[in-house]
Amino acid sequence: MAEVPVSWFLTLSAVLFVLGVSGFLFRRNIITVFMSIELMLNAVNLTFITFAYQLKQVNGHLFAFFVMVVAAAEAAVGLAIILTVFKNRSTLNIDDVNSMKN
Amino acid sequence: MDVILFLVFAIIAVVCAINVVVQTHPISSAVSLIGVMGSLAILYLLLGAEFIAAAQVIVYAGAVMVLFIFVIMLLNAGTEVRRGRSLMVQALGVPLLIALLGVLAFFVQRLYPQGTVHFGGFRGGTALAIGRALFTTYLLPFEITSILILIAIVGAIVLARKELD
Amino acid sequence: MIDSFVVITLIKVLVVFAVLMTTLAYLQWVERKVIAHIQVRPGPYRVGPHGLLQPLADVIKLVTKEDLVPPYVNKPLYLAAPFLAITMALLSISVIPFGPEISVAGHSTLMQLTDLNIGVVFVLAVSSMGVYGIALAGWASNNKYALLGGLRSSAQMISYELPLSLAIAAPLLISNTLSLRTLVERQSGSVLHWNVLHGPFPQIFSFIIFLIAAFAETNRVPFDLPEAENELVAGFHTEYSSMKFASFFMAEYANMITVSCMATLLFLGGWMAPWPAAYGSSLVPPAIFAIAGLIALYHGLNYARKRDKYTFPAFGVIFLIIAGIFLLPIVQAWLLPLFWFCAKTGAILFAFMWIRGTLPRFRYDQLMGFTWKFLFPVAMLNLLVTGFLVAWFS
Repeated sequence: MAEVPVSWFLTLSAVLFVLGVSGFLFRRNIITVFMSIELMLNAVNLTFITFAYQLKQVNGHLFAFFVMVVAAAEAAVGLAIILTVFKNRSTLNIDDVNSMKN
Repeated sequence: MDVILFLVFAIIAVVCAINVVVQTHPISSAVSLIGVMGSLAILYLLLGAEFIAAAQVIVYAGAVMVLFIFVIMLLNAGTEVRRGRSLMVQALGVPLLIALLGVLAFFVQRLYPQGTVHFGGFRGGTALAIGRALFTTYLLPFEITSILILIAIVGAIVLARKELD
Repeated sequence: MIDSFVVITLIKVLVVFAVLMTTLAYLQWVERKVIAHIQVRPGPYRVGPHGLLQPLADVIKLVTKEDLVPPYVNKPLYLAAPFLAITMALLSISVIPFGPEISVAGHSTLMQLTDLNIGVVFVLAVSSMGVYGIALAGWASNNKYALLGGLRSSAQMISYELPLSLAIAAPLLISNTLSLRTLVERQSGSVLHWNVLHGPFPQIFSFIIFLIAAFAETNRVPFDLPEAENELVAGFHTEYSSMKFASFFMAEYANMITVSCMATLLFLGGWMAPWPAAYGSSLVPPAIFAIAGLIALYHGLNYARKRDKYTFPAFGVIFLIIAGIFLLPIVQAWLLPLFWFCAKTGAILFAFMWIRGTLPRFRYDQLMGFTWKFLFPVAMLNLLVTGFLVAWFS
């Protein structure tokens, strides 16, 4: 068997996505939460490229390209927001940024 | 040969992803995320996506993660402190995630059982093909994304600058 | 069964690696001699004839120095950073073509380790990964000077990657390919076909922008504030000693070689001779070496220092023998393109060293203002004009 089944790629993508979700839900440091979001986006990119291979079309690559670009823009703005929050609250723990609660 | 390549880099990707979630210091998570992106780039090469693999390394691993590392170094983020959380979350959290994973894997196996990947099976991922599609079929998303990047640049500069008194 | 492709590739890897390592060591000798002569002093000349064994002495010193790992550093990142720096620096040499296709003992092979059809983007990708070696070294050293140096250096490198990529994109519009070998083959002909002088818009501005951005990418003067000795102790490699310190140095020189090779391939026509061989360009290398040999013999006869009585005539004879080798038709197929490639790359490397001996360094805010307010808009304008003219004339 010198060929990899397509479903293995999709399973890997699912595993990475679930790991991203777990990091997003369980971690308290805001930067780690952001990195878990990037992990989820990468898993989705892998799915797009796998389907582009299976359907033998280049459109999946284009989608992955746009996902990458939007993720880069989102990372820039998100990190700028984190810097502002840190400047005002001096903490990176998302449990402490709860002044709008109750 | 392809199987060995896939297994090696898939295992590296999963181990680094677990490391991202488990490590306490953000810098170790960031370096592990770079490892995930690198191994994914190699998997993209296996799937014939040569331009996207190079773009992944240049944009994601080489620019976005550098931005993350800068912010971690500038804020001098320390290791995370564990706070108490409720018993229900601790009991239900991990099993629910494993259930989500099981559901996803089941649907993957059920809907797409056949089809194999071998290196060189798809030769349409060249820069030529992507450029052609980008500037004809996907021209509108391209233009909108470039405006989006401009908005992001202006927003990031405005948010992160020092207030002039 | 191992077929000939694997064997030939392994032999090529060994040859390229050996030549590259020797070149790295002797590039440092050349730099010290060039800067010394600019400053009207002899440079290293005691260790071996004209200091030629100085790199060997330096290597022995660096290898036998005590390898101190301070206790307060972040060990995994501290050990990984120089490894990352040197790996990325050496990886980009694997796609650089040195010459045309040659045939050795019946097997024909390219004078290149691998011809990727995304070669240019691969070199860009590997050089953007090289930023991590410096950033992580600064962080792992747990030292505020190292951290400042590391952050400044990485910010400088990623800021100058933008004009670098735009300056690379402009000749690609003219040559229409991302593969480095095809890029050179499309510049064949004469000097007037090289990308710097050819096409609807001669790429002189792209060449200059590329060189300026390359100086900043490799942390060379006038952009070497992050590793300035008198400003920041030693910048990001303060806490490193012996072989790890040597790795950073080797990585810097390997990066220099890579950007010089890229400039040669993109703008100066790679291994193509300035005018076709039919008009006698294959006599230029023997002529250059013969003149060098005769000058060396002349200085050997009117020697300034006593040891020159033996060393200069020896070098003169060696140069005349090399000039003779260039006239043999057996080796001309691969030696002439290799000569032109090395001559062009060597000229750009000489320009690197010349500028190091001449210019003062930029202050950090001047450096960042220069790229974001001047170089990046100029590179974008250059790309726009090139694209417009290529579309107009095609």
